[in-house]
Amino acid sequence: MDMSRKTRIKDMRYEDFNDNEYLEKYVEELRRGGTNVVVAKINDIINWGRSNSVWPLTFATSCCGIEFMSMSAARYDFARFGWEVYRNSPRQADILMVFGTVVHKMAPVLKRLYDQMAEPKYVMAIGACAIGGGPFKSSYHVVMGVDKIIPVDVFVPGCPPRPDAILYGMMQLERKIKVQNFFKLPQQPEVKEEVPDIAKESYNHEREVNQ
Amino acid sequence: MKEKLINRFDWLTEADVVMSDGRLTIAVEPAKLREIARFIKECGYDFLVDIVGIDYGDDLGTIYYIAKGSDTADTIALQTKSDNRENPVLPTICDIWEVGQVYEREVHDFFGIVFTDNPDLRRLFLRERWKGFPLRKDYDADPAINPIPDRNELFIDMDALPEMESDEDGEGRTWKMMYDDNDYIINFGPQHPAMHGVLHLRVRLDGEIVRTVDPHFGYIHRGIEKMCESYTYPQILHLTDRLDYLSGAINRHAFCLCCEKAMQIEVPQRAVVVRTIFDELTRIASHLLGWGSMCMDMGAVTAFIYGMRDREKIMDIFEETAGGRLMVNYHTIGGVAKDIHPNFRRRVKEFIPYMRKMLKEHHMLFTGNPIATGRMDGVGRLSLEKAIALGITGPSGRASGWANDLRKAAPYAAYDRVDFEQVLRSGGETFDRYVIRLHEIEQSLRIIEQLIDNIPEGPYTAQVKGVIKLPEGDYFQRVENARGQFGVHITSRGDKNPYRVKFRSPSMVLVGALKEIAPGNKVADLIMLGGSLDYVIPCIDR
Repeated sequence: MDMSRKTRIKDMRYEDFNDNEYLEKYVEELRRGGTNVVVAKINDIINWGRSNSVWPLTFATSCCGIEFMSMSAARYDFARFGWEVYRNSPRQADILMVFGTVVHKMAPVLKRLYDQMAEPKYVMAIGACAIGGGPFKSSYHVVMGVDKIIPVDVFVPGCPPRPDAILYGMMQLERKIKVQNFFKLPQQPEVKEEVPDIAKESYNHEREVNQ
Repeated sequence: MKEKLINRFDWLTEADVVMSDGRLTIAVEPAKLREIARFIKECGYDFLVDIVGIDYGDDLGTIYYIAKGSDTADTIALQTKSDNRENPVLPTICDIWEVGQVYEREVHDFFGIVFTDNPDLRRLFLRERWKGFPLRKDYDADPAINPIPDRNELFIDMDALPEMESDEDGEGRTWKMMYDDNDYIINFGPQHPAMHGVLHLRVRLDGEIVRTVDPHFGYIHRGIEKMCESYTYPQILHLTDRLDYLSGAINRHAFCLCCEKAMQIEVPQRAVVVRTIFDELTRIASHLLGWGSMCMDMGAVTAFIYGMRDREKIMDIFEETAGGRLMVNYHTIGGVAKDIHPNFRRRVKEFIPYMRKMLKEHHMLFTGNPIATGRMDGVGRLSLEKAIALGITGPSGRASGWANDLRKAAPYAAYDRVDFEQVLRSGGETFDRYVIRLHEIEQSLRIIEQLIDNIPEGPYTAQVKGVIKLPEGDYFQRVENARGQFGVHITSRGDKNPYRVKFRSPSMVLVGALKEIAPGNKVADLIMLGGSLDYVIPCIDR
């Protein structure tokens, strides 16, 4: 299997990417059971389409969000890559881009947005804070990395990362999508949204007491 | 002022009223606080700059910084303490200075001080279920006590106000519902594309008309002030950039100035001028983004693209000299981190005429546009009195006619040697707040133009010791950031770490203004009004 052809990104050479070993190992894992030739062909076509129209859901909490705005504006213009349709509803998005610090109060919101997204879904953690707390490592209120709450596909380091770095991270994700088997995608176990009982009780109790 | 105070109040002694850090500092007992606060306000000090809560070890105290509305450089500090650590109670001053209400909420959240008669004393940043008061010195930061919530919680404080009982045990706390069953409430945020950051607004609607707005903060509260207490001064500098990231260099300048004032460091003239140029470039970049995103809020995406295009030119200049785009990390205590790049002068000189030309285009594109002016005219009026009472500084306050520019009132850095105008408008409407930012860009260009050819030769930083220790005392320094007066309060006990650091966020009061100007307008206007105030949420939450 020629990886460089399979994961081709326009105007970028295979050797220019870091972490090629990760991708090769990933492919090896996926191919362990063998693939049907016809299925593989259909797969390639679907993945070609999927990887070139990744619609992001923006979850910009702080500074990195400004670099995202730069990326979407005139100079860096991520519309060139087919990602420009950023969605504000999790139901329509393919990828959750986490820009910036996630704190305790925000963590359930992030988890809920992730759960609401339709499969197949991907997550990018952008910036030092989203990766591991960043400069706020010693804080009492910061979640030390979004991978504590949701699974992450691509990490983009930097504080904040340059727009070029975010573009590179998106290309890496594109390559990952290209090698996946669309018919056997990993699925998130079903999540039931429920109101925590203790909170509900105390809430109602307080409500009744005051009326 | 000192004689006036001592003549008026016979219980005030010479020792209670001292000059420290260039301002009159008055120490009072909690019981006498309201009396003296009322008198100070009568003397013309009608702008409450900030309330700083401090844990002194045995006592819990607050410091009130109050300035004159007519001359914002003239400040007074009021200090008071409560020796009861279990149930600290202080009298409220929110009926004297309206903005005190939200500041008291903040102190309550961090220190657990109860302000009697404050009508709304919910926690400001942390969840109602959060255990402990983080900025107290004996706070237990064990993550097991306050784990990361894995499920959505219902917050009682979303639609109920606590009724504080000031009895001895402090347990008698009941909740009073804010809304009744017929009210139509929508949640706007915390993650909303039109919201500038992660602000959560609970909006009570009557059809399409906004009736009340109740802002909720804390979705990006990172506890920077607590972290500062364990960091050294040069380490803290990196956190100041990340407060209000759009005017990062200016915030950092405030912290540097505060340390330099305490240590009495003479900053070389070259550094002073270069810092000023950096500040002004940051201001232009911030206003361009503020302008672009406000126009985008009203549906003009082109304006956003244009604003960001011009902003990239400034980012290039920053990157060449400082190495960073958004976070320039350039100012240091005693000077700047590195000398300017050989191309710096040329690049800035090219930028000035370019920006002037583009400003004309921006005006042509949007300012004169009948659709835009039609939406902005007569909406969201903020009167001068209200602006002062709510502490709305910066361009938003100046749009209401309040001359509060610290670059004029208390010139720091190189602002005393340049000729520029403090742009004032009298309307206080959305259009005034919109257009004042574009006019301020012109003034910033003027400042840079005068300085760029006059960068003195010499060292770019003063000789500063490896370990920086501030002499014991309280220090407060304000600068004019792109959104208003940004303040830094440092309490030092002579160690290499500060004892307490507090940042005065200009954005916090801007959200308070939204409460004032949004009711009566449509939901779509609420978004536009938020854009016109141009607040940055991480600066509020800290």
